[in-house]
Amino acid sequence: MTWLNEMIDRLRYRSVPPSEDRHRMRAVANNIVLHLHPTRVPASALRFSRTWGLGGISALLSVLLIITGVLLMFRYDASIERAYPAVLAIETVIPFGSLLRGIHHWAGNLLMITVVLHMVRVFAAGGFRGERRMNWVVGLGMLVLVLIFNFTGYLLPWDQLAFWAITVGTGLLTYVPLAGQAISDFLLGGPEVAQSALRNFYALHVALLPVVLIFGLSYHFWRVRKDGGVTIPPQTEQAPKLTTIPHLVTAELGVALVTLAGLLIFAMAVPTPLEALANPAHPPNPAKAAWYFLGVQELLLHMHPLAALALAGIGLLGLAVLPLWDRDSSDEGVYFRSATGQRAGMLGATFALVLTPLLVLVDDLWLDLPALLAPISTLISNGLLPLMLTLGGLAGIYAGMRGALRARHSEALVGLFSFVMVALVVLTAVGIWFRGPNMALVWPF
Amino acid sequence: MAKNTPQPNQDAPAGTTVSRRDFLSLGAGALGLVGFLQTGGMALQFLAPRRVDGEFGGVVTVGSAESFPPGSVTEFPDGRFFLARASDGGFLAISRRCTHLGCAVSWHATPGQFACPCHGSHFDLRGNVENPPAPRALDTYPITVRDGVLLVDTAQAWQRDRFAPEQLVYV
Repeated sequence: MTWLNEMIDRLRYRSVPPSEDRHRMRAVANNIVLHLHPTRVPASALRFSRTWGLGGISALLSVLLIITGVLLMFRYDASIERAYPAVLAIETVIPFGSLLRGIHHWAGNLLMITVVLHMVRVFAAGGFRGERRMNWVVGLGMLVLVLIFNFTGYLLPWDQLAFWAITVGTGLLTYVPLAGQAISDFLLGGPEVAQSALRNFYALHVALLPVVLIFGLSYHFWRVRKDGGVTIPPQTEQAPKLTTIPHLVTAELGVALVTLAGLLIFAMAVPTPLEALANPAHPPNPAKAAWYFLGVQELLLHMHPLAALALAGIGLLGLAVLPLWDRDSSDEGVYFRSATGQRAGMLGATFALVLTPLLVLVDDLWLDLPALLAPISTLISNGLLPLMLTLGGLAGIYAGMRGALRARHSEALVGLFSFVMVALVVLTAVGIWFRGPNMALVWPF
Repeated sequence: MAKNTPQPNQDAPAGTTVSRRDFLSLGAGALGLVGFLQTGGMALQFLAPRRVDGEFGGVVTVGSAESFPPGSVTEFPDGRFFLARASDGGFLAISRRCTHLGCAVSWHATPGQFACPCHGSHFDLRGNVENPPAPRALDTYPITVRDGVLLVDTAQAWQRDRFAPEQLVYV
């Protein structure tokens, strides 16, 4: 087998495998894939807890999704008569079809999780300030792109799950003032989820979005290097640097193999959901959106759709302007800024864990604002009022952190961020497990 | 002086401020913009929502008025609507699309209400909201009567905040 190894090495490095550091560095610079890396990396940036490998895992999943997605395209028809039979055939007849679809499905879902965790990690390390602010915004755009990817892919099996999740999802769009109905009609290619919608979503999912993703990813990688690599705490003395080969490449390979093995086992163990053929006359009870939208859907049960949309929009906007909002780079690379920042984060998370379920229960079981304030329009009693209360609560949490913990602006934002993220996770969990028929609260165990 | 060296304003005739070179490049730029907008318009028109013949959106003949007793609700699945007849004999063609997020409501005769399974909205026989989160009454479609036969035009739904007596159609 040595000849095989030699051949692979020749392909990889154009010459013999490098033995000296200088040659190793040149090998990185001369290889198109390895060229994404610097030739040498600071030793402290190589610690696993610096990145948890989250960006790399996301990139790996993207590549995997493209490969499995292209394979699935060969067996799929974007027509409402033939889509469901095609997916059924992939599941039942085609050798390894079920596994292939499983890998694609679960990789897409896992990607949703890893990109969010990646964002949380970068936030915690303060890697969004200074030069990195552009890449933070690009990364946020890519997170939204992954969301749209998942949303458009959700319709393609054309089963009950797909049909009603997209009906509800685009129904949400119609509440956007002025342009909402037009956007929804444009996206669906008509007034309801039908053939045009399936074709539109397919074209977006397999052609337009992948192109945006590939360009976006390339830019994102390029900027990481331009902006100085992984955020690390300021060094007191000259930090030791290690060559990318073997120190970084081996670590990446290890993470990639563990991810692939885990995903493969999961895809084999957990079947990919496929319900009955879509039936536009009979929504299932309950009809839920895709799991990553269930946090927003849960909000919809408590406030006017316009208020829920506004809240989601404000959250996204807050993340986008974060580099301008928090420019204090004195604690760069220190997770959660400082000991005070850590306390603020813990406190925010605890608040969210206690407060969010409590508010859900109170609003569901006792409080009926529209009935209480009957003569007032529901747009105010069920929309503006809850929105203002929520925003006021968030401002209160920020102020509390500043006052009680004597936290700096940057540290108080850690508390706020941690509250919002944990609240979103709690709302999503409530939406996934605690909502039964008619969207009533149920106990899942 | 080399011929190709840009010399702004040097060759401009007296009394004008725009050189020939500037004028031409401005004109080319404007033409380019027009071309770009045209292409964009064409692309948008190409992508615009289209109606496929035979799909939902045409006129549905529901039959003669006598076949629907007062207080009854009949579903027309192909037309995406329910024909409701109020106790006083007036007709309403009620869209089955829930005004909350677009799920399909279904008629439950025993409590006498339309119920949306997705988020629990309830409506009465006239489409009025009995239980939120739906923000307004169910949409209706225009009904015309020809020789005692009811025709429902499903091209465009009428939005309404709540039921009003003039929405009822009598034969």
